[in-house]
Amino acid sequence: MVKARRGSGGVPVPDKKELSGRMPIEDAGIPAELTLFLSQHTGAPSKPLVNVGDEVKRGQKIAEAQGAVSACLHAPTSGKVKAIEPRYQPVLGRESDAIVIAPDGEHALYEGLAPVGDDLEAISQDKIREVVRESGLVGLGGAAFPTAVKLQPPPDKKIDTYLLNGAECEPYLTADQKLMEEAAQDIVFGFRALMKGAGVEKGIICIEDNKPDAIRAMEEAAKPYPELEVAVLSHRYPRGGEKQLIEAVLGREVPPPPGLPLDVGVIVSNVGTAHALAVALKTGLPLVERIVSVTGEGVARPSNFRALIGTPVSYLIEKAGGFSGKPGKVILGGPMMGVAVKDTDVPVLKGTSGVLVLPAQAVKSEPVLPCVRCGRCVEACPMRLLPVWMAAYAENGYLEEAEKMRVMDCCECGVCSYVCPSRRPLTQSIRLAKSQIAAKRRAAAKK
Amino acid sequence: MTDRLLITSSPHIRAPKTVRGIMLDVVIALVPACVAAVIFFGVKALMVLVASTVSAVVSEYLYEKAVKRPVTVGDFSAVVTGVLLGLTLPPGVPLYVPIVGSAFAIVIAKQIFGGLGTNFVNPALAGRAFVLAAWPLHVTSAWLNPLTMDAATGATPLHAFKGGQAVGSLTDLLIGNRLGSLGETSAVAILLGGIYLLVRGVIDYRIPVAYLGTLGLGVFVFGKPGALFQGDPLRGILLGGALLGAFFMATDYVTSPVTPKGRTYFGIGAGLITLLIRYWGDYPEGVTYAILLMNLATPLIDRFVVPKYYGYMHDVEARRRAREGGR
Repeated sequence: MVKARRGSGGVPVPDKKELSGRMPIEDAGIPAELTLFLSQHTGAPSKPLVNVGDEVKRGQKIAEAQGAVSACLHAPTSGKVKAIEPRYQPVLGRESDAIVIAPDGEHALYEGLAPVGDDLEAISQDKIREVVRESGLVGLGGAAFPTAVKLQPPPDKKIDTYLLNGAECEPYLTADQKLMEEAAQDIVFGFRALMKGAGVEKGIICIEDNKPDAIRAMEEAAKPYPELEVAVLSHRYPRGGEKQLIEAVLGREVPPPPGLPLDVGVIVSNVGTAHALAVALKTGLPLVERIVSVTGEGVARPSNFRALIGTPVSYLIEKAGGFSGKPGKVILGGPMMGVAVKDTDVPVLKGTSGVLVLPAQAVKSEPVLPCVRCGRCVEACPMRLLPVWMAAYAENGYLEEAEKMRVMDCCECGVCSYVCPSRRPLTQSIRLAKSQIAAKRRAAAKK
Repeated sequence: MTDRLLITSSPHIRAPKTVRGIMLDVVIALVPACVAAVIFFGVKALMVLVASTVSAVVSEYLYEKAVKRPVTVGDFSAVVTGVLLGLTLPPGVPLYVPIVGSAFAIVIAKQIFGGLGTNFVNPALAGRAFVLAAWPLHVTSAWLNPLTMDAATGATPLHAFKGGQAVGSLTDLLIGNRLGSLGETSAVAILLGGIYLLVRGVIDYRIPVAYLGTLGLGVFVFGKPGALFQGDPLRGILLGGALLGAFFMATDYVTSPVTPKGRTYFGIGAGLITLLIRYWGDYPEGVTYAILLMNLATPLIDRFVVPKYYGYMHDVEARRRAREGGR
């Protein structure tokens, strides 16, 4: 077992995984409508291959990747294309084109799907890369970065270690935990396939110590493979952030932006991604469903679902027994980095690891007080920045000063706002400054 | 379909600690020192503490009303300032001393500069510095004998210690059975409060450890007149206001550095200035001015003592390569 370091910054956060942690993964079933955004991954939107009125089947490609960084899209179930129109995309925070499918309830599989096999020795590296690309695989941890891009690092970068991220450091969420407990074999198979696809010899599976059952299952499944190890991390948010994970497990630090993990010889993927690849190789089924925790004090029966991509959040909440009392916030993802949505009509995206419902009484807003310079944000910042000054500059419009304080390095993990006793929205101010600086840079680049 | 949902930027949960909760913790941590003061110096000590606290809260309220700012007495920071100022005064002072001192602390040192968070010196210490200048005799000689509570004329143990004379037993120093200001006397009571603050995560251990460590080391080296390395570090720390200063004054968030390393430097600096004043200055005690001076140095420390950002070594390396490539 690899001994992980403590790493920089971070804070203890409430666990809350007990809410849904003991619920086995159940199939959510087929909702009345599926909304599949062409843009639900990092990079260029995909391009539709179907027209309104077309019949589609489960696993059929309905949109093609466009450009170097993009991912294709598949129909999660059989049915008819009802519309191709702009819908509200919660992560982008604006309307975005989506293919809307009306399921026919048959759940008929697309005839073109063929299993590749379950013997890795017999599958070539190129074949793995092709399956990753053709399955529309993206990082299922939340960022939804196209996995195919990660597997093809520039030839001058030597990758020596592949990290499989099962840290799941966000409170409440148990999607990765349950998957590791229930499908450890498949995850290990998928992980070894990812490693082969990227040409990496050594793999480390990283799990936080608050998931003992998952650790046991993964250690058991990884035992036959000497190239695999399990690293146990202390439960401390945001230890599961990509850069934080690399620091804690390998003692390496990724260069500042635009530096990438591959600059220090590392690739990181989420356990869900590995599992999805295993499914694609063994059955031929591309990425059309994922595990979603529906949890929080605001739902009656916190659950873990295997949900079709595009399933409306309202449908999943109903499946979880509905709201318990008056809901205050519905969040896609965890409470630290998730996105609050204005209604529950939005669908599950490829990167949606959870639907968190906080009851109305839990989201009372508190008054924002002046900063007392307690320094908690400085100690908590995993990027070792100075949120106290960055936020102050940002709030007062001193973008250049904020930039000098390396505001662009910020990973927006939210710990600064979390620990602030004056309840200042530091992360929000910093995020705003980042987007303004990015806009300025784009404008300057155009000139 | 649902009731209106709240949309805010992440994170969606917050740590339980609030400014008010933190200040309340400080008040709780000060209770043992106040109780010890009342046990040893009786009702006079109580009167001083009540006068300074009430004056601080009333000053804050009146000032904020007068300038039409939101009233912030509910955050307990004025209570902390009042109690702390009271603890720095001798038990026998006339009550106008704590009253005026607290009013100065709150109005001049804190509110005029914008209130909690924007004051640049510790209000309680500024108040003490003010009354020390205004009524030097009251503040440095209104001692009471502990337990008997009659007026004492002798020098405080710190004076005696400075002259190299023998001072009371360690037991008396620890429990507080000696001459001194209200909060200077009982080391046990202050330590109890300090440990409470450390355990509750209210203060950073770096400031008290660096401060008292520097002071103790300095007393060991220079503490005995005419001889080096023969001082008594324990008594050097226990006498005077160093303990109160280290745990309750120097750790004031607003006027100490925000970075962990900066806090260590802050503590060392305060320790050095305290030594300088004690052994080479005319004042018997230097805690007040040491911390005040370090308060003034805090912006400088915050500017230059910053953590190395994640991944900085790659930039260092890139610069080195660029330099060597240039040659």
